[in-house]
Amino acid sequence: MTTLTMAQALNTALRDAITQDDDVVVFGEDVGTLGGVFRITDGLTRDFGEERCFDTPLAESGIVGFAVGMCMAGFRPVVEMQFDAFGYPAFEQVVSHVAKMRNRTAGAVQLPMVIRFPYAGGIGGVEHHSDSSEAYYAHTPGLKVVSPSTPADAYGLLRQAIEDPDPVVFMEPKALYWAKGEVQTPGQPLPFGRAAVRREGTDVTLIAYGPSVPVALKAADAAREEGWDVEVVDLRTITPFDDDTVARSVRRTGRCVVVTESHGFAGVGAEVAARVQERCFHSLAAPVLRVSGLDIPYPAPKLEHTYLPGVDRVLDAVARLQWDDEPDTRWLDSARGGAA
Amino acid sequence: MTAQKESTHTTDPHAAGLVASLLPCPEPVQFVDATGRRVPGGEGGRGYAQPTAEQLVETWRRMVVGRRFDVQSTALTKQGRLAVYPSSRGQEACQVGAVMALRPDDWVFPTYRDSVALITRDIDPVETLTLLRGDAHCGYDPIARHTAAQCTPLATQLIHAAGVAHGEARRGRDTVALGFIGDGATSEGDFHEALNFAAVFNAPVVFFVQNNKYAISVPLSKQTKAPSLAYKGIGYGVPSEQVDGNDAMAVLAVVNHAVQRARDGGGPFLIEAHTYRLDAHTNADDATRYREADEVTDWLTRDPIARLEAWLRSEGLVDDARVEEVTAEAEAFATALRDRMNADPQVDPMSLFDNVFAEPTPELVEQRYMVAQEIAAEQEEQE
Repeated sequence: MTTLTMAQALNTALRDAITQDDDVVVFGEDVGTLGGVFRITDGLTRDFGEERCFDTPLAESGIVGFAVGMCMAGFRPVVEMQFDAFGYPAFEQVVSHVAKMRNRTAGAVQLPMVIRFPYAGGIGGVEHHSDSSEAYYAHTPGLKVVSPSTPADAYGLLRQAIEDPDPVVFMEPKALYWAKGEVQTPGQPLPFGRAAVRREGTDVTLIAYGPSVPVALKAADAAREEGWDVEVVDLRTITPFDDDTVARSVRRTGRCVVVTESHGFAGVGAEVAARVQERCFHSLAAPVLRVSGLDIPYPAPKLEHTYLPGVDRVLDAVARLQWDDEPDTRWLDSARGGAA
Repeated sequence: MTAQKESTHTTDPHAAGLVASLLPCPEPVQFVDATGRRVPGGEGGRGYAQPTAEQLVETWRRMVVGRRFDVQSTALTKQGRLAVYPSSRGQEACQVGAVMALRPDDWVFPTYRDSVALITRDIDPVETLTLLRGDAHCGYDPIARHTAAQCTPLATQLIHAAGVAHGEARRGRDTVALGFIGDGATSEGDFHEALNFAAVFNAPVVFFVQNNKYAISVPLSKQTKAPSLAYKGIGYGVPSEQVDGNDAMAVLAVVNHAVQRARDGGGPFLIEAHTYRLDAHTNADDATRYREADEVTDWLTRDPIARLEAWLRSEGLVDDARVEEVTAEAEAFATALRDRMNADPQVDPMSLFDNVFAEPTPELVEQRYMVAQEIAAEQEEQE
């Protein structure tokens, strides 16, 4: 085991994949000589050559479409969208081609490609550098959507994404790039669709993924002092979704809060909450609550701490889980800030 | 016309002759005029070689079959056998000429209007029409046929062409990719990104624009201020040409040149073929709302098939007997198609869950079970 940052773990995963499979190629904006703006591809061009890691023109639709074509010639491209919000020009390629190609060609054309996104906020990025765009992709059939929360998971999930026969949208929480952890290298791919119980508890289940997992863990520690024994489930992959691990946990605790950094409305948190109440209704002692980013455009750096769902908001939600069997007053008209 | 290999960032590109080498001829290249006469010097002094007699006779034969197929397909929409059909009647010199310049292992990236190009590539006509019949999104195996699924999102397929061409070149193969696109789609961003990527990676791609004058209803004049769509290559360092798209000999000559150049490592090439869509956008469209009948009548006098046939006759390459033979072949092709399209193939609802992912997700397993139950219940009711 080695101690690595998430950025180093991702870099190591790319190196190991390039070494093991001649068809793996890495490309995107600034990923070559520079090593990417977050240095995830640091040294790949130097060590493996332009053949394996190269810069492209600055055009995201072109990058993703080019990867589609290279898959048709038998390659396994790993492309980088420089930032979450810079991926939108590629949206048509992702939704109309990447996600649908296997289906529209009855399995003849497979696209074993990975689209990497540094995503979400918390690092003081200026406008358009902090979006949580996972729901757009998770809503689209044909895409697998992954978001690691630890260096070990980052390594294993990226190795799996590269080996996976389906296209994978790989969402890297940029606030966790410098977080350290123990990683086995060279290691094995981590199978998709297996959520991890990060912390065991008996009273409440917090469900999170990517950047929200450390928030949930901190909230669980703080809740201990309030007398609540909190379990934390890290989804790891949004698609495929691990209903078994989630439902098993919530049926045991009887209470659930979903924590996501993204906007709440029509987000992944809504999907998780719906799945939990469908599967666990008779085990629930309280409504499933969501703690999310605010439903506003991602704010300027000086205000992002107000946007981000922190430990206090998670604890407030836990406190509202009808411990004394009283209705949640939040949904009463008088509690809604004057809204009708 | 050799590829410009040195950097484009010279101090005086005009002096280097770079700009001139990228620009198309001022007038579309024409080998044969509307009356079927060979135009002396029509190739614009660029030295495009006249295609062989064998290539031209075969091109004519396939245009005749293609026209009959196209008319039959439009008829099939009226009989309810096709959900929709975007006709390319009048564009046969483009559809057939572009494909005739390719080898079977070259790649083609078609749009929804390129059915005649697909049958010219010997893709089964029923498989060609599977998308438009509504049975499935694609009827043939794109990898086996080196022919992408017919593409509806405009210009998006051209970047795939650049990617596959680059990938094949990296594997040491000399295959070329040809991407079809219409005039309207040259306004799409992906057209420009594809030209740029192909140029930067020196990918062997031929971009073939069928300028049929309309993007559904919007005329070319509202689409661009460019002197010719072929001028859109110069900004990317991509050499370009414009050609009379109703002159199959000229189309073939220019595409032959572009394909060979790409195969030899010269990089991408952009061709604008001036042609005309005689029918409406699809059977569901009403072209009288946006164009005059006189305009269509005028283009009928420039028919690509009659033109090549006239030249072939004047050269003694085809005669009445041969024309009769090919007409009968086209008729038999259409009859066989109609018979096969009159069959009502069952499409299996359970196949909906195949090929969404390599392995179905838990939701898909649940939903497949639900649909199977629904179908079983329906069958029970009927029994």
